[in-house]
Parts: sequence; C-alpha cells; structure tokens
Amino acid sequence: MLKNRIIPCLDVKNGRVVKGINFVDLQDAGDPVEQAKIYSDGGADEICFLDITASNENRDTIYDVVERTSKNCFVPLTVGGGVRTVEDINKLLNCGADKVSINTAAVQNSKVVEESSKKFGSQCIVVAIDAKKNGERWEIFTHGGRNSTGINAIEFANKMEKCGAGELLVTSMDKDGTQSGYDIELMTTISSNVNIPVIASGGVGTLDHLAEGIKSGASAVLAASIFHYGTYSITEVKQYLASKDIPVRI
Amino acid sequence: MNVTIVDYNSGNISSVINSFKEVAKDKVNIEVTSDLNKIKSSDKVVLPGQGSFKSCVDALNNISGLVDTLNEFAINNKKPLLGICVGLQMFADVGFEETETMGLGWISGKVSKIDNQNGKYKLPHIGWNEINIVKDSKIFKDIENNSHMYFVHSYEFVPEDKKLISATTEYSSSIVCSIEKENIFGTQFHPEKSDKIGLQIIENFINL
Repeated sequence: MLKNRIIPCLDVKNGRVVKGINFVDLQDAGDPVEQAKIYSDGGADEICFLDITASNENRDTIYDVVERTSKNCFVPLTVGGGVRTVEDINKLLNCGADKVSINTAAVQNSKVVEESSKKFGSQCIVVAIDAKKNGERWEIFTHGGRNSTGINAIEFANKMEKCGAGELLVTSMDKDGTQSGYDIELMTTISSNVNIPVIASGGVGTLDHLAEGIKSGASAVLAASIFHYGTYSITEVKQYLASKDIPVRI
Repeated sequence: MNVTIVDYNSGNISSVINSFKEVAKDKVNIEVTSDLNKIKSSDKVVLPGQGSFKSCVDALNNISGLVDTLNEFAINNKKPLLGICVGLQMFADVGFEETETMGLGWISGKVSKIDNQNGKYKLPHIGWNEINIVKDSKIFKDIENNSHMYFVHSYEFVPEDKKLISATTEYSSSIVCSIEKENIFGTQFHPEKSDKIGLQIIENFINL
C-alpha cells in the first residue's frame, strides 16, 4: 500500500536555513545540509528546500547546498524558489535535486512547465501554488506570496496538470505560519479536481493538523516550523499518524 | 572492479551517481559515461532512465553503437546489468508512452500505463510503497520482505514470463516492480532514493 509522505521543508536564504512567519520576519537557524541529514535519518520521506527570497536575490548559494545535500541524503530532494527557466531546472537537477518546484514562472509562462516536463519527465516537475481565499474562491499569488494575480487556484491547478506537472504543492497563504492547521477546504477542493498527487502545505501546528491534511485527500503533508523548532520529531509524527490508522512508512 | 553508469542523456542521473559512489567508496570504480569501449570493458553496467519510455529509447538510439554495445554486454557476454525505472522498462519489446516504441527486446513483454481505475488512484504512483518479494533475487540479499521503496512512475512493465518477476507492489493493482533474468536485473522503484535499504540493493548489485 502506498504510504502518505511526511515532508519537512527547509526555507533557505543565502545558503542558511530560516523559517518565516507569513513569509516575513526571518530567523537564522542553521546549516541546511546538516538539517536535511537529520531529517532523512529520522525517517523523512522526502526533503524540501524552498529558496524563499530567491525571486529577488542572487541564488547561486542554493546550488552548493543542493549538491552537498544530495551526496548525504538518499531520499528524494525537492528544490524550489526562484526557478524561472528550463535551464534553472536543468542546473538544479544536475546538482542532485530529484524534483524542482516552480511557482512564479509557472504562472507567468506555463510553457516552462510544458517544456520542462517533456524534457526531464513529469516526475521531477512540481508546481507550487500559493493560494489565498478571496470571497468564495481562492486566488493564486506569486513572488513568495507578495503579488496577487486574480487567477483562480482551481482552474490553475487543472491547467498545470494538463501542462505536465507531476505533483502540486499547495500552500494556503492565509494559513502559512499561523500554526492553526491546513486550509482543509482548499486541499480537498484541489485534490478532488486533479488526478495528480497534492502536497498540502501551510499552517501545521499540531499532530492532528497533519492527520487532517491527509484526510483532506492530499498524498503528502509538508511542514516546516513544527520540525524546525523541534516541537515534534518525524518519528513522533509517524507514530501518531499510524495510531490514527493513517498509512505511513515506519 | 569497474561499474559503469550509462550516461545517455536520459534525464537526471545525479542521484544514481551519488548513491553508487556512496556505496562504492574507494573499493569500486564508478564510471559515468557513454563511451562504448569503457562500457565493454566494465564489469557491471547500470542503465538508469527518467522521463518517457520513448525519450529514453530515442536517447539510447542517438548514441551510435550504444544499443549494440549493451546487447553484447548483457545478452552475448551475460555480464550483470541493472536497469532502474525506465531503464528496466526498456528491457521490454515495446512501450506505449507517448507513442508505440520498440524497446531493447531483452525480455518479452509490454510497458503500459497503470490502470488508475477511472481516476480512483492518482498517477504518477509517487511515494514509498512496500515490495512483496515473490522470488529470491540476488539483489534482495538482506532485504526484508515488505520493505519500503521509493516509486515514481505512471507506466508498468509486465513481462510475458511471470517467473521473471522478483517483486510486486500493491497500488491500483499488483504492479511488477522488480525483475531478474539470469544476469539482467531491474527495479521499477528507485534504490538510489530509497534510503539505507535502497543503498543495500545497490551494494548487493555491486557485490554480485
């Protein structure tokens, strides 16, 4: 039976781990390579790096981080943030990333998703959707949540599936950093509208939130703070989920 | 000993390289090349593969003499070869991803899309799934039955001769995930991404 994946996410800036509250107020906290290794040894099903401010800043540091991590961790590594072109994707894959997540560029030019999934395979193309509730619908945001687009998140999710995305990483902008739980309605709506796996992100504060995320229809749950600040270990998370009859790899 | 990872522009092979180098340490020389002479003279060959069946077959055919060299290595000389993911799928006669494409024809059978039961199951089949070892395979030495391996694929190779199947995994149906035919080995899952247990499979192949 396929297990639900638990994915710790490390927000990286200038080669260092940070974790933001609502994408602002960053606190420095360590070496990403070391952290990734701790997570993979602890049973993480996958590791995610988000180079959060990369849309605006020099991002060459991430290549070195990815290269060193991939020589130390033998679980899948997803890298995102500031990925603009097919060449950026190629470079990250060559450094040892297994999947690349694309956010702003996918919105601005869906051809990047089409071309890259054709060239490298859908298995390594993740489209990151940052969505915020606007009345009865969800609107997607770009540039690390700074720019509104007016685009409906559900329609965009369908479009990305058609363009060849292998997975969708869905983050609720309303919930991110609040530790009040995933936007369950958003996760359920998107995952029931696409046939590719959805990774739920944004808002985890408790073990129950992770269980709710999986019950929403997501194939994987992503969290940053609860792992980063040591509130829970990966093992504790998995044991808890297993006790709730949620299939996980232990 | 020399182990060659065939670099034929089949997509991202860094993880395969990193994992083999991690296991090999200084004991075994790991080459990453499409140089035909180096492949011929190596003791073992790894055939990775990402992307579509068609794109991988096309990439193999784009390197003049590569398919002949692999045939000679695996079929005539019967030296150990490990295919990973699409690398395994290419053992088949034919694949149906994108369009009907001839494979290497080493093992009779077809590569078809996994039946997702009308959308009940998501594709690709991504994540960790347990393998049911149905036949002793040299690459499963010290691997417990029902161990978790990392998968990411939408297509499945079904060989005509079911006796060649060494492991399956349960998803929308029972999916073939490992094959052994004499000196030819293949895994649909990614040992290079399956943590310590995956590295053990790589070690088993290196130690054959």
